Amino acid sequence: MSEDAPGRRAEFVARGTYRRRRLIDAAGLLPILGALLFLVPLLWVGAQEGAAPRTSHVLLYLFAVWALLVVLSALVSRGLGASGDVAAREDAGPDDMDTASPDTGDDAPPARRG
Amino acid sequence: MATFTLLVLVCVAYVVLLFGVAFAADRAARRGRGAWLRSPLVYTLSLSIYCTAWTFYGAVGFAARSGLEYVTIYLGPTLVMIGWWWTLRKMVRVGRSQRITSVADMISSRYGKSNTLAVCVTILAVIGATPYIALQLQSVTLSFAAFTPAGPSLQARSEQSIAIYVALGLTLFTILFGTRNLDANERHHGVVIAIALEAVVKLFALLAVGVFVVWGLEGGIAQTLARIDASPIAEFTVTPSRWTALTLLSATAFLCLPRMFQVMVVENEDESHLRTAAWAFPLYLMLISLFVVPIAAVGLDLMPAGTNPDLFVLKLPLLAGQDGLAILSFLGGFSSATSMVIVAAIALSTMVSNHIVMPIWLRATGGAAMMSGDVRHVALLARRLSIGAVVFLGYLYFRMSGGGTALAAIGLIAFAGVAQFLPALMGGLVWRGATRLGALAGLSVGFAFWLYCLLLPSFGAGVILPVRVMEAGLFGQSWLRPYAMFWTGGMDPLVHAVMWSMLLNCAAFCAVSLFTFPRPVERLQGAQFVNVFDHSQRPGSWTGGLGQSEDLLIMSQRILGAAEAQELFARAARRQGLSGYLPEPSPEFLEFLERRLSGSVGAATAHAMVSQIVGRATVSVEDLLAVADETAQIMEYSNRLEAKSTEQARTARQLRVVNEKLTQLSVQKDGFLSQVSHELRTPMTSIRAFSEILLGGDLTPEQLQKYASIIHAESLRLTRLLDDLLDLSVLESGQVVLNVQSGTLAQVLDRAISGAVGGAAGSLNIRRDAASEAVLLQTDIDRLAQVFINLIANARKYCDAAHPVLDIRAERDSTTLTVDFVDNGTGIPIEDEALIFEKFSRLGETRAPGAGLGLAICREIMHRLGGSVAYLPGQGGAAFRVTLPLAPLEPGGGNDLVTKGGLRSVR
Repeated sequence: MSEDAPGRRAEFVARGTYRRRRLIDAAGLLPILGALLFLVPLLWVGAQEGAAPRTSHVLLYLFAVWALLVVLSALVSRGLGASGDVAAREDAGPDDMDTASPDTGDDAPPARRG
Repeated sequence: MATFTLLVLVCVAYVVLLFGVAFAADRAARRGRGAWLRSPLVYTLSLSIYCTAWTFYGAVGFAARSGLEYVTIYLGPTLVMIGWWWTLRKMVRVGRSQRITSVADMISSRYGKSNTLAVCVTILAVIGATPYIALQLQSVTLSFAAFTPAGPSLQARSEQSIAIYVALGLTLFTILFGTRNLDANERHHGVVIAIALEAVVKLFALLAVGVFVVWGLEGGIAQTLARIDASPIAEFTVTPSRWTALTLLSATAFLCLPRMFQVMVVENEDESHLRTAAWAFPLYLMLISLFVVPIAAVGLDLMPAGTNPDLFVLKLPLLAGQDGLAILSFLGGFSSATSMVIVAAIALSTMVSNHIVMPIWLRATGGAAMMSGDVRHVALLARRLSIGAVVFLGYLYFRMSGGGTALAAIGLIAFAGVAQFLPALMGGLVWRGATRLGALAGLSVGFAFWLYCLLLPSFGAGVILPVRVMEAGLFGQSWLRPYAMFWTGGMDPLVHAVMWSMLLNCAAFCAVSLFTFPRPVERLQGAQFVNVFDHSQRPGSWTGGLGQSEDLLIMSQRILGAAEAQELFARAARRQGLSGYLPEPSPEFLEFLERRLSGSVGAATAHAMVSQIVGRATVSVEDLLAVADETAQIMEYSNRLEAKSTEQARTARQLRVVNEKLTQLSVQKDGFLSQVSHELRTPMTSIRAFSEILLGGDLTPEQLQKYASIIHAESLRLTRLLDDLLDLSVLESGQVVLNVQSGTLAQVLDRAISGAVGGAAGSLNIRRDAASEAVLLQTDIDRLAQVFINLIANARKYCDAAHPVLDIRAERDSTTLTVDFVDNGTGIPIEDEALIFEKFSRLGETRAPGAGLGLAICREIMHRLGGSVAYLPGQGGAAFRVTLPLAPLEPGGGNDLVTKGGLRSVR
């Protein structure tokens, strides 16, 4: 979008907005973290000569990671919800993800050029 | 056998419960109650239709065959869910703002509302879903069979009838609760709540079986882990390629499956529900897959060799004699199967009816059908028939396939099929450059490869694909072998097919998109989708003015129903500042209407219908500019310009109004001046004439006396006129200073009568009512007396009765005092009533002297005093009514009227 458009994005923002942007970053990183962690058991295959990793170990590992992801996701989602839509509107980031505008509802024709 | 009978009873009771719950939820939603129906929890639970019977039975079978690999099917969706901010949020926002009805509608909408694309996606989705529905029917029959101790012949027969009953019941349920309202974009509360209930049942059942196996059969976690370590699946032996491919595949399918799209996007009530689902749904998936490996390990250990591992969930409790648990487990499987079929049938039927049946019907009947036929009825019927057809197809597939043993395999094949939507779907959401032809190319290439490399070979060599093709490749070309395309041998067939189909799908999608040029509507929709967070709510492509509002209303009534359509049109008309039911077919209105209709019949059909009435759909220059404006800054700038120009238009309108008023005022001023000059000239002329005579001399003293008195009288008249004019101008300009005193009405009237009549009272008989005049006034007594004098003098001057009588009647209520002056003359003709308060208005041939300013002054005075004077018709003579507020007048009270006074009084 318009990263260099003047007046579109504040370089330095209030603490709340800053927190929210980092939360959005976290929301983006979370699935990457999850994917990497879920791939880790593959590294164990063939790590020891002749002995494949035990299913029970991998099982415990996977469900531990899973639970961790659930907790992290809950924290991030809660944070994004708590900072509210007001912050979302103030926060006009370079990526279009940031400019969440409130849904104005579908039952009215958009009176944009009226 | 007793168990079997019990099973049937429980099953029927459960179905009745589902119908009841769905019915109650629907009714609660219609009555506006049931906020809990829209809770994020229900949304999360409804997502669990991802876990079908394939999960419930198949996951254990999968685990028994290949260990932990089954878990990838749930890891993919988990990753998608925790990454909701990047993908799902956008999908849901687009879905809501464009009123998307299905995944086919989404893709078709994105690429310029192309129906070709919608048809392709629909066909693909039906092909992908049919085996899946068959799988559900099969799982229900298998689970029934698990309870049947009878011989194989009876078993085979009852299996078929069970499948038929289940299919019929599901069709009935889906038609009842899934096609209640035409607007597919509206929520199916009954269906969603039934699915949520089923989600709870299946999770509870699987957990119960798991707990029973771990703590009941094995005696604890440690023992269970030891059992796993001792089982044939003790070693973690997955191949990295399969692990990765399956995770990616399940993530993709989670986004693309028509039934997932239905619950995730179409049935979504509130975008913020995603926030809860982001952690709650991964939790659900984790719980449901928690006990899969233990059950599989224990089952492999305890069950006799040759038992179908897909049924361990059911057979383990049966083996242990836990019939109750077995029935619960059966209900869990039943729930998984039924909820999947219901939602899949709704999603697919919406696609089939909106993108295949309706366009064909519209084309077959031509434009006239929208006027005469009942589109609403046809669309609903089409959807119901489609539901029946979809479920029947699944049943047919089940019958023909004869019920394969490995449930998981067919599930993965279906996943790989719908995964072909991904490039078009996600590419369309993030890449403006994606075009319709690119999407078509990607879909066809991917679909072809999926068909050739995965689906057709899956029936076994020689069934559809000849053995020769399987081994030597198509046309004997070794690089065209289904399991070894381009000489890539030795790969797992699934990984092979997924890799090639997705790679070539993406390649074709990107390459064709790069080399083709999108149509305007496509570019517009592309901008709408990709930048949905910047400017939501503005799809569209209509140039209005050609459309016929009435035709549009007639058409909308057929689709939305009469009441709703009329209400919609009336509201739009009001919004445009019009009364009645027909708004101007402005571009905004047409866009809005199209979006509304697309909720019922799909974007492509709605577009076609509106364009049949309005004329060809064209993209306005303004719309294209919006597309061309690459930066949001320019968008914003043009928005601001727009706002400014609206404001300027408003200012111009105001200026025009003021200008008109000023012109009018100028005309009135000219009239006033000529009137004044005329009034001044008459006495001046006589003064000049008689003074010239006097100057001529040679006059008798009598003549001298006479002429001098005429000059005197005329100059008096002149002075009076000038006094009046001054008085009026002071009053009108609001510079008058009011002198508030107190006095009774009687006193004021006494003064006025003596002032007006003087010594000549004899000619006019004035009748008064002393009692009513005892009212204390707090106002400018002198000015009020001036008004009364004027009115009484008028009566004296103009009353033409033989014996003139003036009645003065006072009356008061709580806030105002009215004083009527009624004489017994002929009164004033109706046509002149409006004129008498105007300046210089004297009626007819005037007998009496006067400039005609008296009543105008009266009116101004009364206005200053906060009251009014008006002509009172129908009293038998001339009658004037003076109205005065009883509240004490504040000295500065007239202030707010000052500015208005000038304009108002020269009307």
